[in-house]
Amino acid sequence: MLHLILFLFFGAICVAGAVNLLVQSHPINSALSLIVVMASLAAEYLLLGAEFVAAVQVIVYAGAIMVLFVITIMLLNAGAEQHTKGSRVAILIGVPGALIGAVLVAWTLLTRGHTGSVAMGALPGSPQDIARLLFHEFLLPFEITSVLILIAIMGAVVLASRPEAIARRHTESHQPDPLPQERQPAPQLVGSGKEH
Amino acid sequence: MPRARAPAPQDSMSITTFAIISIIKSLAVIGVLLTAVAYSVWLERKVSARIQNRWGPTRVGPFGLLQPLADGVKFIFKEDLTQPHVYKPLYIAAPMIAMVFAITSISVIPFGNWVNIGPWGTYLQITDLNIGLLVVLGITSMGVYGVALAGWASNNKYSLLGGLRASAQMVSYEVSLGLSLVGVLIIAGSLSLRNIVDAQRHLHWNIFLQPVAFFIYLISAYAETNRTPFDLPEAESELVAGYHTEYSAMKFAMFFMAEYANMVTVACLATLLFFGGWLGPVFGPPLLQAVLPVLWFCLKVFFFMFLYVWVRWTLPRFRYDQLMAFGWKVLLPLAVANIVVTALIVAWRA
Repeated sequence: MLHLILFLFFGAICVAGAVNLLVQSHPINSALSLIVVMASLAAEYLLLGAEFVAAVQVIVYAGAIMVLFVITIMLLNAGAEQHTKGSRVAILIGVPGALIGAVLVAWTLLTRGHTGSVAMGALPGSPQDIARLLFHEFLLPFEITSVLILIAIMGAVVLASRPEAIARRHTESHQPDPLPQERQPAPQLVGSGKEH
Repeated sequence: MPRARAPAPQDSMSITTFAIISIIKSLAVIGVLLTAVAYSVWLERKVSARIQNRWGPTRVGPFGLLQPLADGVKFIFKEDLTQPHVYKPLYIAAPMIAMVFAITSISVIPFGNWVNIGPWGTYLQITDLNIGLLVVLGITSMGVYGVALAGWASNNKYSLLGGLRASAQMVSYEVSLGLSLVGVLIIAGSLSLRNIVDAQRHLHWNIFLQPVAFFIYLISAYAETNRTPFDLPEAESELVAGYHTEYSAMKFAMFFMAEYANMVTVACLATLLFFGGWLGPVFGPPLLQAVLPVLWFCLKVFFFMFLYVWVRWTLPRFRYDQLMAFGWKVLLPLAVANIVVTALIVAWRA
């Protein structure tokens, strides 16, 4: 009983956070609402018995990824945005689409009964269970995902290291350091680096 | 018998008893934590004074022991300035966020063994979760929002730079901190802090088995708690006071207390993960047997708190690019190498 009340409570917080995320006009408030959504989702996972997933949800999403969101918003110094009326297409297609989606989900859940659902706290979510699933049953998808992430990291490194910086390092390593009064202005230094 | 273990504490007692015991334990732990925080400040001032050949606080009480109390009263009565240019909701919420997460993280830390009080028995711990370590890491990772939002909401260049530095630094060092603990987890085979301590019986402390991991953990933990040599978010010679420049009175004190509460948590974790927690020689009558483990635990935590102060007044501050390079290019590869070596040894032995 207590579990059910807590489950509904955190579900309500989650939905409220999601709505607030859309309504707020300042990006930092939206980011904070997203953190609330993620944290309450973690609480839901915990109530269902998926402890490990709950902890990872908080550590990875709320604790790391959202920090980067907040850093970006702070760095860009993004201000409050203006409310617009919204496009007519969004209203004409989006609202009926969302309604159809909600009806479909509700209909499936009601007609299928409880086949796809799990009892409160009964999800096999201990670290041991997750490890067995990841490293036995789903080893190949797991490893492929890790390679995908590695590719993304390498792509980020390539994008972040600008060609001018590499060129400048190149010239500096080949030429002796000029005296301060002889030092050329930076753009020319970059230009000479590209000729190599 | 303090060593005797009841199978499952919740089964034998009613929900009311369970709730009462939990509330008492929570209040006691928070009380002890806040007192420890106050006296860590006193310790910091005393030790720093000794290192600099001064006396430190001496006026209030014997050895200045009542100084924390006087400081607390002062903080309460100081004028609480709120600058007109701040973003008010977050400016007020930020110190609360920092403080709440700093205090919450102590909730899964075990201080000692099973004890019996009259008909009831309990672990000396608010709650024992089988993912205890992850909970501590998760809660401390949320603590960064307090600092980051304080920096942003203050609408001040120094604060913003401090907040940015804090978030970048904490996210970076969290990676090596988390990875340094994997070796310990491989050896213990559990994420529950209680099981990790139990795996270190007979002086099989992880400091001997995982020395590299211990030093990576220690360094990353210093960076996580924004202490010298990693105190760039509040580097006073460049940023006035960093993220808490615009804060005064009790709001400033909350950041201050959050920093020291985080230090206590980190010291507790170091004790539990690497120094055998409450394990130590236990002898004498039953009462002494119940108290001694807690005493060992407190002594070990005190050692780490002292180390914090000692390091702060000995080492100079990093430069920011050095800090980032050290975290990503030295600590992270070392931590990964430590995991690989540990896993290989454990697999070879099995």
